[in-house]
Amino acid sequence: MGRYSALRVLTEGLKGQTGWGPAWRSVRPKPRYDVIIVGGGGHGLATAYYLAKKHGVTNVAVLEAGWIGGGNTGRNTTIVRSNYYYPQSIALYDLSVKLYEKLSVDLNYNVMFSQRGMIISAHSRHDMENAERLVRGMQINGLDVRMMDRAEIAARVPALDCSPNARFPVWGGFCQDRAGPARHDAVVWGYARAADSLGVDIVQNCRVTGFRKNETGRIIGVETSLGDIACDKAAIVVAGHSSELGRAAGFELPITSYALQAFVTEPIKPTLDVVSWSLATGVYISQSDKGGLVFGGALDLYPSYAQRGNLPIGNQVIGAIADLYPSFGRVRLLRHWAGIVDVVHDSSPIIGESPVPGLYMNCGWGTGGFKAIPAGGLLLAHHLATGQPHPIAEPFQLNRFHTGALIDEAAGAGIAH
Amino acid sequence: MLLIDCPWCGPRDEIEFHCGGQSHITRPEPFDQVSDEEWGRYLFYRINPKGVHYERWAHDAGCRRWFNVARNTRTHAILATYKMNEPKPDLSAEGRA
Repeated sequence: MGRYSALRVLTEGLKGQTGWGPAWRSVRPKPRYDVIIVGGGGHGLATAYYLAKKHGVTNVAVLEAGWIGGGNTGRNTTIVRSNYYYPQSIALYDLSVKLYEKLSVDLNYNVMFSQRGMIISAHSRHDMENAERLVRGMQINGLDVRMMDRAEIAARVPALDCSPNARFPVWGGFCQDRAGPARHDAVVWGYARAADSLGVDIVQNCRVTGFRKNETGRIIGVETSLGDIACDKAAIVVAGHSSELGRAAGFELPITSYALQAFVTEPIKPTLDVVSWSLATGVYISQSDKGGLVFGGALDLYPSYAQRGNLPIGNQVIGAIADLYPSFGRVRLLRHWAGIVDVVHDSSPIIGESPVPGLYMNCGWGTGGFKAIPAGGLLLAHHLATGQPHPIAEPFQLNRFHTGALIDEAAGAGIAH
Repeated sequence: MLLIDCPWCGPRDEIEFHCGGQSHITRPEPFDQVSDEEWGRYLFYRINPKGVHYERWAHDAGCRRWFNVARNTRTHAILATYKMNEPKPDLSAEGRA
């Protein structure tokens, strides 16, 4: 299909746009692969890409039950950031931010990563104390976050009600300047195109229904809606459906699936050029390149696979947005949806071996998987190719749920994520 | 919006309740002979089914009592509510979603 470039746009224009081919092949699966990735979301496609690119493992298939990027990668609010609390998390998420910074060049595909900054506002003395604690912790761990006073926040986020009579008065806050949104579909399509060009087979509409093992219990293949496919190794990279796939392979996981809602309004003129997050309400908002206000908040706190949000949480999130940004109160909602997220007790991911030999997994990202796509892919590819966890992924193994070495970001960051 | 039939108060809106996760979990005993793996399993591992889920709910804004709900996690349909000390109803006919 050739590289994308300004020159290519020009020459295709002169040739009447006749030279563009599909960005990736549509294939029937081969009978056998070295590695099968179950799940064609961002993490699965990134795993396949880094396997091929960094480790030369190109006999790889990505099997997707629906269409690629049709699950959580197409349902998130696209924020990339690394302002986590614990050193293990910062190493992981900052690796991802750094990979995102170079991703458009790496993939030859514009993922529109816009490092416009993320501003987190504090609305009480207690919020401020929490913000100070978080920021000092992150700074000790080498992250470039900084405290902001109310005047700076009011100047950077004019839509935010910073008046003394505000429902949620702004006391101050903190900022990560390198954070910002990326285009979710472009991340999926970019990884798919780049992986495909290295020889990876991407098979859509192929549902994995079971796993085949030999007499020692080692994985030797997967059962799919398109028939059995043999493999040396397989990886489950399916976010909210990890428990179901794990059960098909014969094990349970410390995961509960919840619905996380997101909302987008009708497009309006540019009004918000940062990602704005409120500590007191847990809601966050940014403006897309098309003009829509994209926002979200808390989980629907009962287990769900329904991919739709409930009204009480929707009401709470929209109400908080209208209180925090009064001028947005009359903007009409365009769409509202939910993704099924895989929440673990410490809100940190699981990247590594499963209880079944030869079967690996990347899950447990909960509400924050999109930001970590490049890192999740890179780290799982390392483990699949070398048989050893990457040093950054070492703390994020499944055994932490019985050794007790949890990385408790649920308590650490003090915010829903 | 869920309409949850509290065994003590009758049907009420979901905003009066909160969900306490999987029900019918038994604490492993005796405690000094439980392995780390078993403790981890007891504390953190959950069935998390796509289908009928037996779960605990608390009626925070009503009687404040805990009870059990059998609910389909794919459709959110509530199939049964029953008291904390009652056994799981047999919903095998409802099947897994």
